[in-house]
Amino acid sequence: MEGHSTYQPKGKVAQWFESRLPIVGLIHSSAVAYPVPKNLNYMWTFGAILTFMLVCQIVSGVVLAMHYVAYGPVAFARVEHIMRDVSYGWLIRYIHANGASMFFIAVYIHMFRGMYYGSYKAPREVLWILGVIIYLLMMATGFMGYVLPWGQMSFWGATVITNLFSAIPWVGETIVQWLWGGYSVGDPTLNRFFSLHYLLPFMIAGVVGLHIWALHHVGQNNPDGVDIKNVAKDSVPFTPYATIKDTFAMVVFLIFFSWFIFYIPNYLGHSDNYIPANPLSTPAHIVPEWYYLPFYAILRSIPDKLGGVLAMFGAIVVLAFLPWLDTSKVRSAKYRPLFRQFFWIFAAVAVGLGYLGSQPADGWYVVVSRIFTAYYFIHFLVILPLLGLFERPKPVPASIADAVLAKSKGGAVVVAGAAGPETK
Amino acid sequence: MTIRSSLFGAVAAALLLASGASGALASEGGGHDNRPHRMSWSFAGPFGTYDRGQLQRGFKVFKEVCSACHSANYLYFRNLAAPGGPGFTEAQAKQVASEYQITDGPNDAGDMFQRPGRLSDHWPAPFPNDNAARAANGGAFPPDFSVLAKARSYHVGFPGFITDAFIQYQEHGVDYIHALLTGYEDAPAGVHLQPGLNYNKYFPGNQIAMPKPISDGQVEYSDGAPQTVDQYSQDVAAFMMWVAEPHLEDRKRIGFQVMIFLIVLSGLLYFTKKKVWQHVSH
Amino acid sequence: MAHTETSDTTTRRDFLYIATGAVGAVGAAAMVWPFISQLQPDASVLALSTTEVDIAPIAEGQIVTVQWRGKPIFISHRTAAEIKSAQDVPLSALPDPQPDQDRVKPGKDQWLVVIGICTHLGCVPLGHQGQYNGWFCPCHGSVYDTSGRIRQGPAPLNLALPPYAFTSDTKIVIG
Repeated sequence: MEGHSTYQPKGKVAQWFESRLPIVGLIHSSAVAYPVPKNLNYMWTFGAILTFMLVCQIVSGVVLAMHYVAYGPVAFARVEHIMRDVSYGWLIRYIHANGASMFFIAVYIHMFRGMYYGSYKAPREVLWILGVIIYLLMMATGFMGYVLPWGQMSFWGATVITNLFSAIPWVGETIVQWLWGGYSVGDPTLNRFFSLHYLLPFMIAGVVGLHIWALHHVGQNNPDGVDIKNVAKDSVPFTPYATIKDTFAMVVFLIFFSWFIFYIPNYLGHSDNYIPANPLSTPAHIVPEWYYLPFYAILRSIPDKLGGVLAMFGAIVVLAFLPWLDTSKVRSAKYRPLFRQFFWIFAAVAVGLGYLGSQPADGWYVVVSRIFTAYYFIHFLVILPLLGLFERPKPVPASIADAVLAKSKGGAVVVAGAAGPETK
Repeated sequence: MTIRSSLFGAVAAALLLASGASGALASEGGGHDNRPHRMSWSFAGPFGTYDRGQLQRGFKVFKEVCSACHSANYLYFRNLAAPGGPGFTEAQAKQVASEYQITDGPNDAGDMFQRPGRLSDHWPAPFPNDNAARAANGGAFPPDFSVLAKARSYHVGFPGFITDAFIQYQEHGVDYIHALLTGYEDAPAGVHLQPGLNYNKYFPGNQIAMPKPISDGQVEYSDGAPQTVDQYSQDVAAFMMWVAEPHLEDRKRIGFQVMIFLIVLSGLLYFTKKKVWQHVSH
Repeated sequence: MAHTETSDTTTRRDFLYIATGAVGAVGAAAMVWPFISQLQPDASVLALSTTEVDIAPIAEGQIVTVQWRGKPIFISHRTAAEIKSAQDVPLSALPDPQPDQDRVKPGKDQWLVVIGICTHLGCVPLGHQGQYNGWFCPCHGSVYDTSGRIRQGPAPLNLALPPYAFTSDTKIVIG
């Protein structure tokens, strides 16, 4: 964000302004002149896509709040009012509801990309931890947003998730009643969730600002995991190179997004949430939104109440310690043949936990959930620390320019079993 | 680039592997027989539209049969004449509204009074409140029709739940409603029916409080459509889909325009990106 | 490559950039529309466009206020004297000239139906007040006569007339 700009305002007024508030110079240095490693692949466009999704959710959410009322007896009806009577209300609500899922799809790709290419390693630890904080805030925001339509899943999701805190010894019940503002989930709960659901996205935006600041301070990681050594040879200016690439990727992502909005808008939701909340009857099979499913599976796999809650939160907290759990000096999985395999096993386990979280908790599912949960933690706490000691990495190129040169000569590392179409 | 494609390939492989493994497990864990049949609905797919005749027939079934017990609180008389709906004229919608007495008030004397319905009124509920509805129906609450077609579904399982996203199949609710209405049977031997419940092979648990609501020939059609339970069920399910999703036609029409636009724009951006990057090896 | 670029390829490149930018701009503009349109009165508000009023209980000389689209409507059952004073005013004396018979339904001179919102800044005037025994607006002192026409004060126009019709001798439908 600093030090990359050669921006000199032209004209007296621009100079006068810049000497008082150097905002144009700031934009120039961080979005125009900022050097981008030239070997970035499309996995690196998800930062821009996430920024777009945050703006999209805030804009559509502010609009929905103009028509919504956070009061139990009418909340469900107000959502239907938006869907039926408000001009383009159905479109804005489907954008917002599916946008939450798109946000999480993008953030999961973004996170797995960071894990694959070692983007959390020095000097990017703070950058990574800020990302974990954003992820936590997103989960809280998404959860409270899902409560607002006040359908059966809203109500019982709120009940189950807030009851997690009842696992805390001695003060659990008190804390849960404090969260609810009553003896059960009710109007006070709905109203405070609405207020917080409106607040948290702006906190996310604030942490995103820090995240980008940290990123621009240390520079971007890249598929080869080597730092920019020669700005002229290793990097390209952000504009137009990254700008156009990010825009292209964003529009392709929008095609995917639009498929959900216009053709299968209720696919990612649960049909039970079109039944108004009924405090006297729990749906036969309650599931959280898909993006929480892996953690829900971890929660259910532990037969102890407090243990399950701790494991679930631990599964997220462990991410924050990733920079120190991974002991390898080499960043990119491209040069870590063993890690690469363990990475894909971990990815499969995470997806598998997601599937298990959506299934009723009985029979074989419980056993498999326990094995996968154990593996989840073993990956972070045992495999990663040991891999750094025992793995013999491949030689890392001296610079980005060298890596690009090697690739254009056909000397690229080929991963076995990779048979995807050319994606560039 | 190889890394990039391997990343995609491996993600896809992992997805398939994980869900395949758990899918295999799913088939062991209890059968899902009596899954509703998938019907061919005029409003399915990317260019689906409601069949006006079908919605009008479905409305007739709703009006003459279902609405005796079921409310439809988010259905307004004005909706009947709205574009993308059953295609009644405003005069017809007003006529339907005026057939119903609506409680209004209080008037200057402080009393509630009855007046004929107007376009701005919602469909009058058959019971004054939920408890009255429950009391009149043996303790079972007849659910509101407004969004019922979106509030019902059935288990699809793997890989159907993934292919449904690609073929845009969103008609699980209407499939279920049609199946339910045609699914009344005598209880098989060995099944002990609870008092007041009826056997239905598609209802979860098979014991439903609603008695068989409609029989062949019960509602008269003027357009020559068969007057059978099967036809009635399809028509009323289609009508309920419209009540639940009145802007479906707009949504799909705008969706197609948006898709075409985005594909053109992404094509242009692709070539622009290539042009910008053409002299950079990366 | 860069050295051999001809003016022809430059034109093609410029065309590509301009086309992409233009299409993108059109898309962005189209995306904004639903977010503007959602602020309009919604379908349920638009549907509440008529109000039926039974005027039989309104005594001669009485003004009744009813609500239509959230606005006050004055229904004035005018006395013969009020009608006469409204009809006798020369048009030249009016800031917004309009004869009284244009402000009532034919043959229904005794019934004046106006939107009860001062044309100055939207306050609700008080009935049977002011120099002309019509309406007086307490906010900034506009004075209306028994036909609801502006006579004095800052308001530029007469009290507006809502669309209404007599469905019978004793019933009107506003809207």
